Amino acid sequence: MKKLGFLVNPVAGMGGRVGLKGSDGAEILRKARELGAVPQSSRRAVQALQVLSGIKDRIEVTTYPGEMGEDGARECGLLPDVIGAITKGATTAEDTVRAARQMADHGVDLILFAGGDGTARDIYKAIGQRIPALGIPAGVKIHSGVYAVTPRHAGDVAVRFLEGKLKAQDAEVMDIDEDAFRRGTVTAKLLGYLRTPEDRRFVQRVKSGSVRPALPGIAADVVGDMKPGWLYLVGPGTTTRAILDELGLKNTLLGVDVVLDRCLVASDVNESDLARLVADRPAIVVLSVIGGQGYLLGRGNQQLSPAVIRKVGKEQIVVVASKEKLVSLAGRPLLVDTGDEELDRMLSGYVKVTTGFREYCMYRVG
Amino acid sequence: MGRDQATLLRKFHQARWDEPIILELSVPGERGILVRKVEKGVRDEVEDGIASIPESLRRSVPPKLPEVNQVRVLRHFMHLSQETMGTDVTIDISQGTCTMKYSPKVQEHIATRHPGMAEIHPLQPDISLQGLLEIIYKLDCFLQAISGLDRFTFQPGGGAQGVYTGASIVRAYHAARGDVNRTEVITTMFSHPCDSAAPATAGYKIITLMPDDLGYPDMNALKAALSERTAAIFITNPEDTGIYNPRIAEYVKAAHDAGALCYYDQANANGMLGITRAKEAGFDLCHFNLHKTFSVPHQCMGGSVGAVGCRDELKKFLPVPRVGFDGKRYYLDYEANGSIGKVRSFFGNPQSLVKAYAWILHHGADGLREAAECAVLNNNYLEKKLKEVPGVSVRYSADKRKLEQIRYSWEKLYEDTGVGTEDVMRRMADYGLQHYWMSHHPWIVPQPFTLEPCESYSKDDLDEYVAVLRQISKEAYESPELVKNAPHNQVVHKVPEPSIDQPERIAVTWRQYLKKAAK
Repeated sequence: MKKLGFLVNPVAGMGGRVGLKGSDGAEILRKARELGAVPQSSRRAVQALQVLSGIKDRIEVTTYPGEMGEDGARECGLLPDVIGAITKGATTAEDTVRAARQMADHGVDLILFAGGDGTARDIYKAIGQRIPALGIPAGVKIHSGVYAVTPRHAGDVAVRFLEGKLKAQDAEVMDIDEDAFRRGTVTAKLLGYLRTPEDRRFVQRVKSGSVRPALPGIAADVVGDMKPGWLYLVGPGTTTRAILDELGLKNTLLGVDVVLDRCLVASDVNESDLARLVADRPAIVVLSVIGGQGYLLGRGNQQLSPAVIRKVGKEQIVVVASKEKLVSLAGRPLLVDTGDEELDRMLSGYVKVTTGFREYCMYRVG
Repeated sequence: MGRDQATLLRKFHQARWDEPIILELSVPGERGILVRKVEKGVRDEVEDGIASIPESLRRSVPPKLPEVNQVRVLRHFMHLSQETMGTDVTIDISQGTCTMKYSPKVQEHIATRHPGMAEIHPLQPDISLQGLLEIIYKLDCFLQAISGLDRFTFQPGGGAQGVYTGASIVRAYHAARGDVNRTEVITTMFSHPCDSAAPATAGYKIITLMPDDLGYPDMNALKAALSERTAAIFITNPEDTGIYNPRIAEYVKAAHDAGALCYYDQANANGMLGITRAKEAGFDLCHFNLHKTFSVPHQCMGGSVGAVGCRDELKKFLPVPRVGFDGKRYYLDYEANGSIGKVRSFFGNPQSLVKAYAWILHHGADGLREAAECAVLNNNYLEKKLKEVPGVSVRYSADKRKLEQIRYSWEKLYEDTGVGTEDVMRRMADYGLQHYWMSHHPWIVPQPFTLEPCESYSKDDLDEYVAVLRQISKEAYESPELVKNAPHNQVVHKVPEPSIDQPERIAVTWRQYLKKAAK
């Protein structure tokens, strides 16, 4: 019998419809309620859970009381094991963290949670990579890669994962500082990686032959083209991590590492050090596509500042991503938001994305 | 069970023999055929025939072949045939991009049983192979007329090998001009995957173009990708979407302006026979899959052929031997100056050439055009009927007429009911239809399925096919679990999905199977 943890952040998404760009914090929630916002996430969570009611005889559902999961589970005809306690109508991020941690302690195989980037951040804080988790999109901000495309899709992926048909992979947990965002500046952080069931909508589904993982091929391609005497500024992400793995070097998953002649010259470098490094050597910047929205620059890699990018030059940017990742953007362009509009304009057009060993894809940067 | 004439649905149940693997039927000592002892006269002449093989090459232990009597062998294969849903059993419009048209049985008789085919050997002197050589020579002439190009080779044993041959010719062409820095080939996301895989095998770096909003390859992306490093573009038209690209000449011109060659993957040319040609579109090379457009059955039912054609200036790079005609007799020309060499032994798959030759002769020029027109008409009729089925949509250029095939989507059905394309596919078998082809990878159209009705199928066939999909859509909305747990009336209830991509569970030989099963 598989165990599912079901968790709803009941206030996720409330800030969205009333234009508050997020719902983090008690004060913003009060404002959202004043503006007439109503909870959205429970309804979306129920849409996902309805898919799971099809296998209800084969799973045990563990959830938190009331609006944090119990209500939704009962609405779907499930008989959940309810743990913990909450103050109804006044749940906070601490409740999410505590609930996720208790579910993991309870031995669930997967936490299916409804929320936004803030919720993913709380879940990550609670469980890290202990057990897999999958998001039902219900929040205002969905930059993290841990969310399914739609609530129903989340239910379907959860079913297939619990049936043993899908494996878990690393997916980005990202968050934007809401206060700064309201003031007009975006500071998105890549916080880490949750284990998330692999969404197989866009991956190779083989008729015959074997699945060829893209990452080693991408890494081999980049490493094979490395020029002596050039600096390689390798940005954050799991795709770029494969490049340092290929070189046998230690990597900073969430930061920028610098490689010269196949040796690591600096780890997790900040903006000013990067600027100093590129001042007197030719350099190449290696970027991966970050988060579910397709950002190349400006989300989770602000160290690669406009000054650094300008010095290095547009032609010296190598973008790496699997074909599946590009396809999952559903035709939307890759995005750059460096904070320097002229630079953003300069970077727009087409970029040759490395998608495998000696395989590339022309992709639009908007 | 017969078909209900009102609903066009049938209650089908497949024969459930669950036939063992033939090696499991083996009984030690049992024989299907007793091979006669060598006669004395022969033995005196060649001894036992084995002594001449060096001892180091001789087996010390006989191979572990299955020991089964003849009747059981026959029964075995009959059972297997009843457990399949092949093209001669069902309405096979499911395999979009594959052009599963009817292959007239008379062709099978000519190609495989006629003594002129059944009793010849490729190493006979060419003077004694005049009939076959004439067919090959004239088939070349037919395809020249159909494509507008100047010369064909029939050696490649399939479409992908044809593309590989094309990529090899591209390389030979640039090398002969001393232009050795052209290392990149450009193709598109909706072209067949072999348009990237085969040139990659031939040593090229591959750049893929994504589709634009209308489903065409992104023209601006092509312009951004073209450079002095581009060796060629390999492109299909129409692509898997079935939308004819009216601007194809612009793509070709842009590539030519960059000094690249243009290869037209016309593996499936069923929507354009007698209507458009590679030459007028400006292409330098093309290939036809004789096992698609020209009615030859696909691989398991007869060898496939990727017939590659090119312009005059590329002729010298074609594989050898080529078939020539001096006005009196046909001959094999081994003149290899510039040739990329052989890509397959002897004539490739000559039986398939005979079938394609017969098919073209049956039809004549007007017949070929009519076949294309019927295929397009059938496809557009099918689209109109299918768009009325709840849950079905067409992702790109939904309002445009298509050519011979269309990539549809069950995205809406999936959003509404949670039933996806794989579920529908498995359920079809319960109504006596073969599963459909979903899509090449990665999926760009969500929950895809690709249908291609060809000219072979009647309106009644198409209506039955639509009736089945409509019924499954209805089931999905009313009782999704029924569809998700399909098939219900098949030999194997449901093949667990992960097992086919877990190398530790794949066994392609009996020995491997025993080894892995023991674990």
